[in-house]
Amino acid sequence: METTDRVQNILMVGVGGQGVILASEIISEVMMRAGHDVKKSEVHGMAQRGGSVSSHVRFGPKVYSPLIKKGDADVLFSFELLESVRYLDFLRSDALIIVNNQKVLPPSVTLGVDSYPARLPEIMRERFSRVEIVDALDIAKQAGNVRALNVAFLGAFSRHFAVDENLWKEVISSMLTPKLVDVNIKAFMLGREKMNS
Amino acid sequence: MKVILSGNEAIARGAYEAGVAVATAYPGTPSTEILENMATYEGVYAEWSPNEKVALEVATGAAIGGRRALAAMKHVGVNVAADPLFTVSYTGIKGGLVIVTADDPEMHSSQNEQDNRNYAKFAKVPMLEPADSQEAKDYIKLAFELSERFDTPVFVRTTTRISHSKSIVELSEPKQRPATSALEKQPDKYVMVPAHARRRHPLVEQRIKDLEAFAEEFPENRVELQDLSVGIIASGTCYQYAREAFPGYSFLKLGMVYPLPKKKIKEFARQVKKLYAFEELDPFFEEQVKALGIEIIGKEVFPSCGEFDPGTAEQGISGAAGVEKKGAALPYLPPRPPTMCPGCPHRGLFYVLNKMNVFVAGDIGCYTLACLPPLKAVDTCICMGASIGHAMGLDKALGSEAHGRVVAVIGDSTFLHSGITGLLDVAYNRGACTVIILDNWTTAMTGRQDHPGTGMTIREEKTTKVDYVKLVKALGIKHVKKVDPFDLKKLNKVLNKELNRPEPSVIITDSPCVLYRRVEKGAQRPLLYVESSECIGCKACLQLGCPALEWVTLPVKESAALKKKRGEAFVNPTLCTGCELCSQLCKKGAIRKKDGDN
Ligand code: SF4
Ligand code: SF4
Repeated sequence: METTDRVQNILMVGVGGQGVILASEIISEVMMRAGHDVKKSEVHGMAQRGGSVSSHVRFGPKVYSPLIKKGDADVLFSFELLESVRYLDFLRSDALIIVNNQKVLPPSVTLGVDSYPARLPEIMRERFSRVEIVDALDIAKQAGNVRALNVAFLGAFSRHFAVDENLWKEVISSMLTPKLVDVNIKAFMLGREKMNS
Repeated sequence: MKVILSGNEAIARGAYEAGVAVATAYPGTPSTEILENMATYEGVYAEWSPNEKVALEVATGAAIGGRRALAAMKHVGVNVAADPLFTVSYTGIKGGLVIVTADDPEMHSSQNEQDNRNYAKFAKVPMLEPADSQEAKDYIKLAFELSERFDTPVFVRTTTRISHSKSIVELSEPKQRPATSALEKQPDKYVMVPAHARRRHPLVEQRIKDLEAFAEEFPENRVELQDLSVGIIASGTCYQYAREAFPGYSFLKLGMVYPLPKKKIKEFARQVKKLYAFEELDPFFEEQVKALGIEIIGKEVFPSCGEFDPGTAEQGISGAAGVEKKGAALPYLPPRPPTMCPGCPHRGLFYVLNKMNVFVAGDIGCYTLACLPPLKAVDTCICMGASIGHAMGLDKALGSEAHGRVVAVIGDSTFLHSGITGLLDVAYNRGACTVIILDNWTTAMTGRQDHPGTGMTIREEKTTKVDYVKLVKALGIKHVKKVDPFDLKKLNKVLNKELNRPEPSVIITDSPCVLYRRVEKGAQRPLLYVESSECIGCKACLQLGCPALEWVTLPVKESAALKKKRGEAFVNPTLCTGCELCSQLCKKGAIRKKDGDN
């Protein structure tokens, strides 16, 4: 996956409150320490109230735009099933999709007006050859704290990049409150090792 | 040292490195983090001001005293601060005065997308626009220097994609500034009576000419000559998008967006074959370049609405088509708008207002989200503090038709920002409006900042706290009532009574935001659950629009067995806060507390 001369475009999506932003902070910091130029962009404010959230992370030798152009994302790193499908037109045809196997119901679904769309994994697989579905909640549970879900999921993401494992651990430890470090490192390592699909 | 900073963090760092003494703001997306970060630096006085006008006035005072000062605000905040702005442009300053305007193209979290570059021209104040976090830090320092050199306030403009994007920044140490501060009387400079102001105005005109000359030499107005078939004039994040899309074309990257370097533009135009102005929102460069008699392509190929990305440059310049859809059409994807949090103290009030079917003059805050279904109980939202004026206008214009049918709702922070004067008008001019102040003890929407009603400063030091009841009474409102917004029956009763009063009244809902930090961590409230056998599937509770309440459709077979019941409500235990609103709506008593205790 790792190329040195082209900018890598990571589109991270999910639902406000899922920890998308923290995960994107960790990735950016890791990539900077790995020697890349890095830019990332997301929207705060309204988006925090349970709305759809996206964070653009770009790294490489020299990054100009903080935003990924539609059709140009190399990786879709999605914390929620429905949100991944919402952003498919941002992806290159050979993009890698890493998606957390979790459903968060949008308001019109909880209200009983709409239903949560069916067959979402199939819809992604019909269009993209590399779709990896991760049960991050399960991994976090195994690590001992469901709130380590985003870091567990980050573990699954980290496998695809030639970055030293210790660098990830170092950054995760520096960005979390000390109390939570151990369980998160454990979750990260489980996510990194696990090949569930 | 190299670190990753957001544009806002970089601005705060830049101000600190420039030796800023006073920094002020009212929170507003996307500018909020500037002051939050300023308050983390030693030796800087930082404050949340009640509104942007006060923020700019305090910063101006500090600058008149010879110290460096910064006021930060979102684009619409400059409207509030416009009054002092236009005249401090005349007086000039002594210490550097920098105003950060954070614009929000695309309206990610705003009510309009005005282009504040126009303010620079309108107020005759120079404006810098950084294109990433490193520049954000550097330009703040440059802005202070320019301010002192040209005796003028200086704007630094960001957009959401600068303020909230992160990129790598090299830190330096703060520089010690000589203590030039002093109380010095200069009435002909600072007292803008007509006779003095008439003498200042020509100085302002001359200053713009001097700044124009400076712009020609300013190294941040950078010409990048490459392929000469196309030249692009751009600033800020738009420069990055165009550079990304067309790395080989020629660029005039403007670090100062007002005043423009006319000679440099003419020279650049002469060198390239085809010239573009690539700018979000208004044709600010385009019109000025055209006024120089130069042919330039702008808004005929680039949109005037919303924000850009590299694709916008490609589509406008090479006519590239958008991305084609892959495979079969996607199924309908239910939208996911932001909603009020589970357990939000506003939800019950808007539920009651919806049921009463009154006209709700609304304001700016989390509660504006109550305009969405199922609550659908906000009928206006225009600017900070406007709700009260709207209610008053409706009351006066429609008389008996409006009486008892119009309420104003306004959050605590918004009320203190600019609702007090509206309420004063209601009292003074004998309106009959009912105004509801939603006191959730914080500025919730922008991320829970303190304000004069919270009893804490930006640095979390204890301070005085507004007493809303006394304040409202002092304005001349006789009927003031506090209610618990989680008691729906009581809310209903109080609202009915106050709405039908022939005199103005104020209702204060008093309950902290669920995300409020300072609530003592007592025993957690028991969560609620739906007793499946008792739920008849009437959906009454769902009308609250609480994200923790879900509708579960039952399989056909099962629902036939249960006679008409098609589905039932379900409380998502990972989201429920145990606020007990929904249980008040269930006629069957099917929604119950989990533990059975208390
Ligand atoms: S942040 Fe506070 S005020 Fe805003 S929606 Fe959530 S609970 Fe309500
Ligand atoms: S008690 Fe009911 S209304 Fe309150 S948070 Fe829980 S599910 Fe929502």
